Amino acid sequence: MSFIKTKVGRRSFLKNTSLAGGGIILGFNWLASCQSQPVEEIMAMPDAWFDINAYLKIGDNGLVTIMSPNPEFGQNVMTSMPMVVAEELDVDWKNVLVEQAPYNADMYGFQFTGGSRGMMSRWESLRMAGATARHMLKEAAAQKWQVPTREITTDAGKLYHKESGKSAGYGEMADAASKVAVPDEVKLKEIRDFKIIGHSQKNVEGKNIITGKPLFGMDYYKEGMKYAMVEHPPAFGMELKSFDASEAKAMPGIKDVFTIKAYPEDFVKGGFDTNAFPELIAIVGNSTWEVMQAKKKLKVEWEPFKTYEEKFDARGNTRSVTIPAGLESTENHLAMMTEYDKKPGKIVRKDGDPEAAFAKAAKVIERTYTAPYLAHNTMEPINTFAHVDNGKVFIAGPLQAPGFIEPAISASTGIPAEDIDIEMTRMGGGFGRRAYSHYMIEAALISQKMNAPIKLMYSREDDMTNGIYRPTYRATYRAAFDENNNLIGIHVKAGGVPESPLFADRFPAGAVENYLAEEWEIPSNISIGAFRAPRSNFMAGAEQSFLDEIAEIAGKDPIDFRLELLRKAKDNPVGKNNDYDADRYAGVLELVKEKADWGNKEANVYRGVSAYFCHRSYAAHVLDLVIEDKKPVVKKVTCAIDCGIVVNPDAAANMAEGGVVDGIGNALFGEMTFKEGVPQKKNFDRYRMIRMREAPKEIEVHFVKNEIAPTGMGEPPFPPIFGAVANALYKATGQRRYTQPFLGNNIDLEIKGTGS
Amino acid sequence: MANFKLNINGKVREVDVDPQTPLLWVLRDHLQLFGTKYGCGVAQCGACTVHLDGTAVRACVLPISTIREKKITTIEGLSETTDHPLQKAWIEHDVPQCGYCQAGQIMSAAALLKDNPSPSDQDIDNAMQGNICRCGTYTRIKAAIKTAAKMS
Repeated sequence: MSFIKTKVGRRSFLKNTSLAGGGIILGFNWLASCQSQPVEEIMAMPDAWFDINAYLKIGDNGLVTIMSPNPEFGQNVMTSMPMVVAEELDVDWKNVLVEQAPYNADMYGFQFTGGSRGMMSRWESLRMAGATARHMLKEAAAQKWQVPTREITTDAGKLYHKESGKSAGYGEMADAASKVAVPDEVKLKEIRDFKIIGHSQKNVEGKNIITGKPLFGMDYYKEGMKYAMVEHPPAFGMELKSFDASEAKAMPGIKDVFTIKAYPEDFVKGGFDTNAFPELIAIVGNSTWEVMQAKKKLKVEWEPFKTYEEKFDARGNTRSVTIPAGLESTENHLAMMTEYDKKPGKIVRKDGDPEAAFAKAAKVIERTYTAPYLAHNTMEPINTFAHVDNGKVFIAGPLQAPGFIEPAISASTGIPAEDIDIEMTRMGGGFGRRAYSHYMIEAALISQKMNAPIKLMYSREDDMTNGIYRPTYRATYRAAFDENNNLIGIHVKAGGVPESPLFADRFPAGAVENYLAEEWEIPSNISIGAFRAPRSNFMAGAEQSFLDEIAEIAGKDPIDFRLELLRKAKDNPVGKNNDYDADRYAGVLELVKEKADWGNKEANVYRGVSAYFCHRSYAAHVLDLVIEDKKPVVKKVTCAIDCGIVVNPDAAANMAEGGVVDGIGNALFGEMTFKEGVPQKKNFDRYRMIRMREAPKEIEVHFVKNEIAPTGMGEPPFPPIFGAVANALYKATGQRRYTQPFLGNNIDLEIKGTGS
Repeated sequence: MANFKLNINGKVREVDVDPQTPLLWVLRDHLQLFGTKYGCGVAQCGACTVHLDGTAVRACVLPISTIREKKITTIEGLSETTDHPLQKAWIEHDVPQCGYCQAGQIMSAAALLKDNPSPSDQDIDNAMQGNICRCGTYTRIKAAIKTAAKMS
């Protein structure tokens, strides 16, 4: 029997006053409740709602509204998080309505979508919210029926007292329950008793999406609002010198043109206050089209900036970050990375005696992997609605963490945080990009200056060229073998512009007697940011390709070879701080081996395997490739994932499928390059995205069944697919792929591989 | 500025805009029909797909002055009661992740099924190649189109 102390998240038991009281749910269209079932199947709206805690309220007819605390960008937390509350509350899912919770750190803690932390970090508090409410309902019934609370049972939204034969719906007890003191400790359900968790439920916003309801920031509309766009420097390393807006201002429908600086000069930035272009030109008008036309008429002089310092908060201390001057090009990045790779790096891990192992090795192989910058390219471009009015800021738009940006909005507008309200709209994709929401400050400043509600939108070109990219990386791996081709040492040296991708304590560290990991970093003024599984999204492909090559030299099956290493890491681990669980890692490899029927592949199918651990979860893929008309066609991907308890299996499978598709696309085509600081791709005509024809014909997702509290899900399936693509391409073509994107120049593929 | 009478989802709507304004922005800014999405502005992503006399077109590059009498159908007008076979199939396969591209995907698929009620895999690939889904729901989209084809 598991009990949970309610004190952990006591503030969650504050009532959600913005939604308090009777009456009908707020009818504002983008805040509209989502029904978990078609409308005809749910009961009527109640006459009164009773707030039980911040996460839920119960109607007098038993209908329950559950708040989804974190922003939604397609990972489906808006369905899965309320499912957890509903499970512990013990209600019928079809009687549940879901609402996006307001931004309120006092009630909901850290409202953040990213790092695959959502379900992992909310699991306990969501269960507690449901279980506490259930307990309070039971107490209310016990008081009314004058029986001991422990004799009351619940089932699907009803309370029962077996001995007296009394029963009541939750709705009948909701008023009394809302007045019951919050218990200090509540009993949670046994995992085996789950009726909602582990049972696929449809996306609560599915119907709104397929009928084109205004759910996104882009769709936020207020009568009388103005439309705004910004002009940023055409190149990284440039800043505004002067501009002439007279022609732009004379264009039809244009209200004003002016400059804004998102961050005040002396502002100490938080870790997500990345902003490549401090000063921008804002154009405001009556419609998007008119603003787009006027933007073309701006006459701007840009000039290279001088090296400058930015101040960042480092756990209470201030650290200075140098932004170097210069107009950077991909060619120079590649040359500098080659140079840094030759120099000694910073040693971050050393096990055994790698120097001696390499000195005495019978054979040494060395392989270098590189990957380019990537743009996030969320389908919904950057945008925000803002209205600064009467000393208050109201913002509505897509962002991954309102808490990250509120301090800067406050500093820039001069309005205290308590007068800033941020509504989290559904995001048309995030992938890390919307953790950096400088655009919300920009929108607030434009509204403040115009003294009007405004909608800021970036064009696709503005979105793709304004930075916060996945960095470019390079990793050189060396392996030492004895005379029998046994692996005796690994040396990895990795770096990037501007960050190193290395995770020194990850597999195969811990499984190799002699291991050395070094890293280096090259400063840059091209801004970077988290991109789905940061750093892992490069390291997994490099490492898993390299292990494939080692296995081949050792004459071993690639899955068996990895399992052998994992057995060693478990039974006789090398070094300290190995950050993975060798059993769970081996578990996904064994599962994928079985489900893909690894030993029996069809003729003319080339298979690659890859596995990785990140965000506390494990994923392994087997990718089946065929070559048709000299192009790779992914016939099937079989995935095995261990992310602990899977709350909403079909939605989790959708995430894994998406990760696989995203990874294949980026491995084959994804690339941003620079020339003299200018991003060389500005729209989807040149930035190649994976499309229907290149997507796998079939993706099969299998989950390891266990009772471990949920670990990450949004990111873990993404990194390893890069390795699976590389390894399958090798089987087909006989050529190893070291440089991403693998089909950068749309090259033809010849079948020359062994395929064995 | 010029006045245009448009036939949108069976209703006549009047707007007074620059004749070069793409249909997309007329729908979104002037008529508050937000289902049709902006993704690229250069007919490369398909998020803005609508039907013009039943044919799938990209509203982001379609000047309003070229439309004249043609009937415009947006996602809001695809079905009256959300019972288009594609909408039902989309729910059955729980296709969307972020959902931003899905209206455009459905509109492209609806035009395909109208002309080709039982498309092959290759037909689907060809018809849907112009619609990007950044979340990568392609396999579900394809499955849903096949399910819808069987329904209708």
